[in-house]
Amino acid sequence: MRLASKYIAGAAIKIIVFILWLCAALLGMGAYAQNLQPVPALTARVVDTTGTLDAAARQTLEDKLEVLEKRKGSQVVVLIVPTTQPEDIVSYANRVANEWKIGRKEVGDGVLVIVDKNDRKLRIEVAKTLEGALPDLAVKRIIDEALAPGLRSGDYAGGLSATIDALTKRIDGESLPEVAPKQSSGLNKLGEGFQWMDIAIFMLFAIPIGGAIAKGIFGNKLGSLVTGGAVGGLAFFVTASMALAGIAFVVALIFTLMSGFSRIATGARGDGRGGGSYGGGGWSSGSGGFGGGGGGGGGFSSGGGGDFGGGGASGDF
Amino acid sequence: MPSFQRVVGILILAASALLTGCGYNDFQRLDEETKAAWSNVLNQYKRRADLIPNIISTVKGEAGFEQDTLVKLAEARARATAITVTPETLNNPEAFKKFQEAQSQLGGALSRLLVAAENYPNLKANQGFKDLRVELEGTENRITVARDRYIKTIQAYNVLARSFPTNLTAMMFSYGTKPTFAVENEAQISAPPVVDFTKK
Repeated sequence: MRLASKYIAGAAIKIIVFILWLCAALLGMGAYAQNLQPVPALTARVVDTTGTLDAAARQTLEDKLEVLEKRKGSQVVVLIVPTTQPEDIVSYANRVANEWKIGRKEVGDGVLVIVDKNDRKLRIEVAKTLEGALPDLAVKRIIDEALAPGLRSGDYAGGLSATIDALTKRIDGESLPEVAPKQSSGLNKLGEGFQWMDIAIFMLFAIPIGGAIAKGIFGNKLGSLVTGGAVGGLAFFVTASMALAGIAFVVALIFTLMSGFSRIATGARGDGRGGGSYGGGGWSSGSGGFGGGGGGGGGFSSGGGGDFGGGGASGDF
Repeated sequence: MPSFQRVVGILILAASALLTGCGYNDFQRLDEETKAAWSNVLNQYKRRADLIPNIISTVKGEAGFEQDTLVKLAEARARATAITVTPETLNNPEAFKKFQEAQSQLGGALSRLLVAAENYPNLKANQGFKDLRVELEGTENRITVARDRYIKTIQAYNVLARSFPTNLTAMMFSYGTKPTFAVENEAQISAPPVVDFTKK
């Protein structure tokens, strides 16, 4: 009996080890299959992983791009890489662009200029928003007339500068939404992916139940206040809007109070507790949301709105 | 009395949590996403089909261009555009396959034309033809991206439809898995490419 159980345990361990080994082997294969170039970190408007551009040239290009972003809001980023192998530049450019999501949040106006130095390939990837301002043919012309000649003669700074000028000229011709004053995006990111319908359904259940519980604990008036405060705080946390939070507070307060009247009418009175325990008031919960902002000044960060659907053109030099 | 209410409240909360947990809403959301991704794929294929008459008329101007290639391209286009596709095509693997085959034949006919065009220096230098090639390249890129996104949304949907416990929801409402794009010429791709340096 003991022997048999020992045998079974041994076999089980063997099987588990085998499965683990198999999984590890498969994992290794998966990693092997995805042996693509990594996406560089988006640290500036000009990302040069080859060290081709000197500091002054880089600064000049970045200043140009910054002026464009300040005026029109569009984000143009230049990337120089040694190679995109084993991918071709088209899919690499699309992968990088969609990872960086260059372009304003709600607008998505981004352009990625990418130079593959060793393979001598070029691509300008255009986000969907700017496909009107920069149709494939226009981009191809910019590559053929501005970018490629400059790079061919070894003048990277000049070629890129002429390219940025040409892109700027076309983007200026497009009517895009005005540049909005910079605002903290920490809370918006939190609210992203939150679905209004879910909130509404949640509130539908949460307010009566939470209200009933809060009134059970704190009594009628204070319980309503607590419920209202909690709902208002939650609304503020999700929407980051004081006005919406205020509306939510008033609605929840009135709702909970009203449901209290019906209870009084039917004679089911609250059990007279309340009064004593002010401790866990719902008021303070609203302030929890303030911490998220900050971090807006200086440096460059992607607007996160660019959606690249394969627009743009490629060339070589 | 309050304790009874509390129990009822907790039960309702639990029920709503369960409903969300079983993925019904996720199915609805992903179903719409696959439809949108599919529409985008169709859109880009249509863009390609719309380019073809221009290409044909440009190439026709070139003296002595192989008529056979042109005729085949026109036929392939006619076949591809004759297939009507609706969002329901997604739930019909057979129709999906037919659509896929027609588009892949069209793509083949197009690339044969471009290869043939290499032998005509005049045509290659023709600005109109150059522009059309750029347009075509951009369209093919867009098709690739649209297909890629479609594959990803389908993957999310199919994973939901097949994994536990959401597969129970799928069974209850009879949501099947959806077809996705296969590589069109698997045999060709698995064979190592023949590199010929004598051409250039």
